[in-house]
Amino acid sequence: MRIARALPLAVLALAGCPKQEAPAGPQPILFGHVGSMTGNEATFGDSTDKGIRLAVDEQNKRGGVKGRPLAVKTLDDQGKPEEAAVAATRLLTEDKATVLLGEVASSRSLAMAPIADLDKVPMVSPSSTNPRVTKDGAVTRPYVFRVCFIDPFQGTVMAKYARDTMKVSKVAILRDVGNDYSVGLADYFAAKFKELGGTIVADQSYKAGDQDFKAQLTAIKGKHPEAIYVPGYYTEVALIARQTRELGMQQPLMGGDGWDSSKLYEIAKGALDGSAFSNHYSHENPSPVIQDFVKAYQARYGSVPDGLAAAGYDAARIAIDAIQRAPEVSGPAIRDALAATKGFQGVTGVITIDADHNAVKPAVVLKIQDNAAHYATTINP
Amino acid sequence: MRAPGLALRSLLPFLLGLPALLALQGSLSDFWASVLITAGVNVILAVSLNVVNGFTGQFSIGHAGFMAVGAYTAAKITLAAAGWAPAGLPPRLADGAVFLLALLAGMVTAALAGLLVGMPSLRLRGDYLAIVTLGFNEIIRVIIENTAFLGRATGLSGLPRRTTFAWAWMGVIATVVMARRLLGSTHGRALLAIREDEVAAEAMGVDTTGYKVKAFVVSSAFAGLAGGLLVHLIQLCTPRTFTFVKSIEVVVMVVLGGLGSVTGSAVAAFGLTLALEGLREVQEYRMVAYSLLLIVLMLTRPTGLFGTREAWDWLPRLPWRRRPEEGA
Repeated sequence: MRIARALPLAVLALAGCPKQEAPAGPQPILFGHVGSMTGNEATFGDSTDKGIRLAVDEQNKRGGVKGRPLAVKTLDDQGKPEEAAVAATRLLTEDKATVLLGEVASSRSLAMAPIADLDKVPMVSPSSTNPRVTKDGAVTRPYVFRVCFIDPFQGTVMAKYARDTMKVSKVAILRDVGNDYSVGLADYFAAKFKELGGTIVADQSYKAGDQDFKAQLTAIKGKHPEAIYVPGYYTEVALIARQTRELGMQQPLMGGDGWDSSKLYEIAKGALDGSAFSNHYSHENPSPVIQDFVKAYQARYGSVPDGLAAAGYDAARIAIDAIQRAPEVSGPAIRDALAATKGFQGVTGVITIDADHNAVKPAVVLKIQDNAAHYATTINP
Repeated sequence: MRAPGLALRSLLPFLLGLPALLALQGSLSDFWASVLITAGVNVILAVSLNVVNGFTGQFSIGHAGFMAVGAYTAAKITLAAAGWAPAGLPPRLADGAVFLLALLAGMVTAALAGLLVGMPSLRLRGDYLAIVTLGFNEIIRVIIENTAFLGRATGLSGLPRRTTFAWAWMGVIATVVMARRLLGSTHGRALLAIREDEVAAEAMGVDTTGYKVKAFVVSSAFAGLAGGLLVHLIQLCTPRTFTFVKSIEVVVMVVLGGLGSVTGSAVAAFGLTLALEGLREVQEYRMVAYSLLLIVLMLTRPTGLFGTREAWDWLPRLPWRRRPEEGA
């Protein structure tokens, strides 16, 4: 029993160790990052955080911004919207963060956005693709930006790819009804695909956490589609892919950036060969900007950066760029600089911020061969 | 002689609480206000669930479902009333009135949902009730996720920020007063009798199902209040907030504080919220530390922090204070 009593203390002592050392000299400019470091989507928060820290450390090696070093503070939200709201409030009011970075999932960014507006601190979301994150009804949120494209664009990209490159005309949709991202992508894909002359032969749904998809897949099989659009997250997508093959269906699957995780290939074990998904970037893109980033990331973390790491890197770099251009380090000044971003050369493409604070930039389509994603094409807005 | 005294006992906490809360509110930073509001919401949830799980001895794990019903009702009302400004009323007062109305409506719909679920399922006992309530929780969430009117999986965004520290803690006072007054009443005694021995209670003429349903309805209403308060803090109403994980969190708070102890569940809910916030700094180890805390507490105090006792049971007996005879 004595050991049992001492355990939490020991854990707390251990956990308390990795504290950031305070840099000497001028007061650092603090980037507050809210991410899902634990929970179902832990790889999303982890990748984004690595990208952000890489960008910040590179800038610090170049002497920081306006003579001041940069610092990052990351708070976990466990993948829950209400936790994201409290974490954002804490970063902005207690830690006085200059810029708020996050979140990956739109439902969490939606909980953070009103807080950024309230405290007049610019927020940059690396990869929340739901339109409502930056635009609440008819009003653009003044302090909220993103460096990724939005769901309508991602859905239409895959519709174009399916019609123009894959030359398919009959597609089935399998969407995660519990996930706004998946529902959004599926709706925009269906609209564009029909506009381009294709037909949606089946529209089935599942819920995140499901293990068995045979019922939906059997229903889809009966309609004989040429491809299946599954805009979900990686865990379910990989399981769906395997069960598709187990049912003897050979159709390729298509999806969005929610597929982007090394876990996808670990679980799918080759079942996704021939499938394709839209993403923010490809690490195989020969452009020197991307190759330099991939090399730096690999040197530091020992793994190939995924799209979310690239988006996190770009979010931090756009914020750094805006602070450099802003006449002073204050919320409104940085916001104005962010809104004026034009032709910024990011890893995920050349980014221009439009009137609704969305990034206008190309999307890449990745094709899976031999259980790994390979760059297929770039589709411009 | 008794009636005015009783009314005073119920009203006094509100009359003393409001000015104190308003005074405290002015000195709180935004961050502390939002942490304390979250803590307050959790206290409301834990104390109201204690009415079913602690007083009545039933096992419900669908509290988040009722929260969702109250939250969506309140959110729909404040959204519909956005921009509505009656002539002759200062806007702050009008907003407050709309919010109060929305919260009350949320409580009513949550209570109706409680009645709907309670009527058939409270004839069941133990594990069976747990499964039914869990099922209800999921049904509510799935219905919301498939209803366009409720914003599907994205939920309702753009809610006004209405929940302040004073609002949340007035809700806490209301919940605690309700629980304490209930426990001292005929109803409360009947609930305790059901918890101690359902067969014996029935043999003594207690309408067991009737009392259980009533307790369930009251508990659901306050879960609805907590839901309404929470979504007007985070300004977003999404089904992701009301998963069964949330229900389990509330059950943990109740068990940790002591089944049947109002102050116990309030202290546990408050303490756990603050502990989780404090542990946020340690990132990945946060949930490990939290889980270890729970395990150690359960090993060392299996009846929960307070057992079935209340905080003031440990106070020395003051000459002017009569200790009410507790049945438990």
